[in-house]
Amino acid sequence: MAEIQEKDSGGKKGKQKKFNVRVDFTPMVDMNMLLITFFMLCTTMSKPQTMEIAMPRKDVDVEEQEKIKDSRAITILLGKNDKVYYYLGMLKTEDYENPDKLVETNFSGDENSLRALLLGRNSEVVQQMKDLKLKKNNLEVADSTYRRQSIEIKKNKESPIVMIKASEFATYRNLVDALDEMNICSIGTYAIMDIAPGDLRLLYNRDPAAGYEVVTEEK
Amino acid sequence: MSKKIKKKSTFIDMTAMSDVTVLLLTFFMLTATFVQKEPVQVNPPQSVSEIKIPETNIVSVLVEPNGKVYMSLDKQPDRLEVLRKVGEHYSIKFSDEELKKFSLLSSFGAPINVMKDFLALPTDKQDKEIVNLGIPCDSTNNQFREWMRYAKIVNRDLVIAIKADGGTPYPLVKDIMETLQELKEYRYNLITSLKNAPEI
Repeated sequence: MAEIQEKDSGGKKGKQKKFNVRVDFTPMVDMNMLLITFFMLCTTMSKPQTMEIAMPRKDVDVEEQEKIKDSRAITILLGKNDKVYYYLGMLKTEDYENPDKLVETNFSGDENSLRALLLGRNSEVVQQMKDLKLKKNNLEVADSTYRRQSIEIKKNKESPIVMIKASEFATYRNLVDALDEMNICSIGTYAIMDIAPGDLRLLYNRDPAAGYEVVTEEK
Repeated sequence: MSKKIKKKSTFIDMTAMSDVTVLLLTFFMLTATFVQKEPVQVNPPQSVSEIKIPETNIVSVLVEPNGKVYMSLDKQPDRLEVLRKVGEHYSIKFSDEELKKFSLLSSFGAPINVMKDFLALPTDKQDKEIVNLGIPCDSTNNQFREWMRYAKIVNRDLVIAIKADGGTPYPLVKDIMETLQELKEYRYNLITSLKNAPEI
């Protein structure tokens, strides 16, 4: 205890007092608490999260695009005011005026959302990933095996290939949301691409008031 | 009043309490990694990605909603070397004192032509001034590309992290990404805050 009992052993006469040195620690505690508060507020206990993305190389981009099978392609368009649209397959000239080509969707997770669509189209991969994750959680597979196998699974020949195209009115948040859906739905192949004049035309036909820039084709 | 009631001492012994607080204090001091001072407040969007960013060798690009760009390097010698090289590129010679001052800044973002004036300012003025500056990143005067290029030349192992505000218009982010593509940097990290992954 914070008491120091001092006893004078000497046999001197007079004022030999047995005095009690008791130190009050309350201010010390106060000061420590202040310091703790300071350090707690100044520290970042968790490091920030990141999303790793790989952009396509500029030079090989165009050739790759040709090879995509029409049935696997899904294009996501990020529009004005957080609106999201998608269309399936490749865009042909006759689709421009077709109002059914472009479907509005959202990032919420309900039955009209992009997630429902992608999970449905990618069900085989999603199921395999689920099984693999379960195995990992039960410690049946090692982390390295898990990573290798998940890459293998995502190479599935039937899973959709998603192209994310953002209009000039989209925000960064929309882009991250879209990338997030790719992670959630275990999409192996996806790319962020420049918006094409045809896509802009679709957006314009859907929402003429938004001010999408449409280049009229001269041929 | 009965005489038998003893006057009890109200003195509480704080020693044990003090021990505990000192222990806690030691813990927090040892685990503290200080929040990097950022020139502007940026709210990164949320994502379910759980990958953590590496602790060292990061060059982070801060993009605020109006498109101002700031950069930060985590190693002081790198900062010094980068400024010297970028200065040489634009034929501006920085003195040793200026280089030293620059290497103490956690993040930087001033056009190279006003960098000298900026470094001459006292620290509190710098903090106020940097909000109005930012690295020019447009196609005619892409100083961001030079900063990034020399940063990668000085330290090959740098990992690029982009921390942009959720409300940043996409074209501004696209400019940054395209600049990185020009520099043959195809892999980078987008800093996000964590949200819970939905059940699928």
